[in-house]
Amino acid sequence: MNALSFIPLLLALILSPLLFGVINRTKALFAGRRGQPLLQTYYDLWKLLRKGAVYSRTTTWIFRAGPMVGLAAAWVAATLVPLGNFPALIAFPADFLLFAGLLGLMRFFTVVAALDTGSSFEGMGASREVFFSALTEPALFVVLATLVSGADWLHGGPVLALVIIALMIVLLAENARIPVDDPNTHLELTMIHEVMVLDHSGPDFAFILYAAALKLWMLGALVLSMVLPSSGGNPWLSLALVSGGMFGLAVVIGVIESVMARLRLLVVPQLLIGAGAVATVALILTLR
Amino acid sequence: MMTDLILVLVVLTNLKLLGSSRLGASIRVVAAQGVMLGLLPVLAHVHELSLHFAALAVGTVALKGVVFPWLLFRALREAEVTREVEPYVAYITSILIGLAALAASFWLGGRLPVSTVEPSSLLVPSALFSILAGLFLIVARKRAVNQVLGFLVLENGIYTFGVGIVAETPFLVELGVLLDAFVAVFVMGIAVYHINREFDHIEVDRLDRLKG
Repeated sequence: MNALSFIPLLLALILSPLLFGVINRTKALFAGRRGQPLLQTYYDLWKLLRKGAVYSRTTTWIFRAGPMVGLAAAWVAATLVPLGNFPALIAFPADFLLFAGLLGLMRFFTVVAALDTGSSFEGMGASREVFFSALTEPALFVVLATLVSGADWLHGGPVLALVIIALMIVLLAENARIPVDDPNTHLELTMIHEVMVLDHSGPDFAFILYAAALKLWMLGALVLSMVLPSSGGNPWLSLALVSGGMFGLAVVIGVIESVMARLRLLVVPQLLIGAGAVATVALILTLR
Repeated sequence: MMTDLILVLVVLTNLKLLGSSRLGASIRVVAAQGVMLGLLPVLAHVHELSLHFAALAVGTVALKGVVFPWLLFRALREAEVTREVEPYVAYITSILIGLAALAASFWLGGRLPVSTVEPSSLLVPSALFSILAGLFLIVARKRAVNQVLGFLVLENGIYTFGVGIVAETPFLVELGVLLDAFVAVFVMGIAVYHINREFDHIEVDRLDRLKG
């Protein structure tokens, strides 16, 4: 473990809320608006942290534990993710299983906390979240397994292209972005992620927002680790590459959200299965 | 590199066909697949390019990219009321079966002794996969147009297989296969039209009852 391996964690902790700002700015640009400030997520987090939380009498400790466990899981997962040429803080064989498990734990507690409110809308959101994540998780695992087998651009160009396509779909689905879920929607019948966190307020909601930003950053880091070229060991060049790449990725997400409509709920499973199929093709191509 | 890319795209188009719910989209996908395969022999034998390959490529692209889609769209326009695929096996199950078939093709392709030097190691597996996917499309879909598409995918698989050993296959045999496919699609297009006129639908699962 050297000093450089703290960089991915520090960058993730400090810069991840900025991704939402970049995405929103991109969308505003497409819509011809000026858009909210780039640092809006930081203002929101600060505002929410200073407020008190309101708890319904029907909820139990599970509801209070949800956001905390979610944020803790996101923090631990952030130590496992390398960024560009920087190594991860903690690395051991098959650590990607732990990474996927931590994301699963985060989701599990969000879902359980949503069910704990007893609201039927939150139950619907929880049901959808679990259904869709049951389809994205196999895709994520197959993508990670393909990466483990060590493809590079020289030998497996098509393979890496397939993996990146699959991982982008997983990223959009896991982070409730547009082809699967609309982060701006406020119609309960169509929401997935947003409806599950409707009843959280104050610091709890700040935790959820921050954990969501971290999750976007981590999955983005996985995409970047495939796309970015090697910087030849120069840490400053690496730093410029990863931060540029990460915000470039945020712009790409913003463009996708601007040019696409949200899919019908019935079509979403087909998209996710498609992502899994593309990832499996990549895996078969590497294994042959 | 280019041949690998084309073969991966062929595999993906086959999976897309297995999951596609619209007949029009399926016809376009098969046309795109045909065009890609038409370019394959030119790219695979780029060092020894001759009139032989050029003529084969032009003929294939013209037939599979232009004539077949035109015939099928014509049959679709005249015979179909709705444009859904109407599967026996659901789309998601079809894709999963397709993935299993892909794995089986790679397993089999690695064990099949092919005598000549292949332009790409993906060639035999993707050819086998096209054949299996085509067979599956013929069996698992109700619409007659879809069965023509399955037949075309099957033929594309055999064609892909032929590209690897094209130096040994006489030119006439290749042209003969193309002509056979053309006649088959032509006849099936007419048959679809007549089935539709007699029975008011082209769903093959209802063809076992005679019209009195």
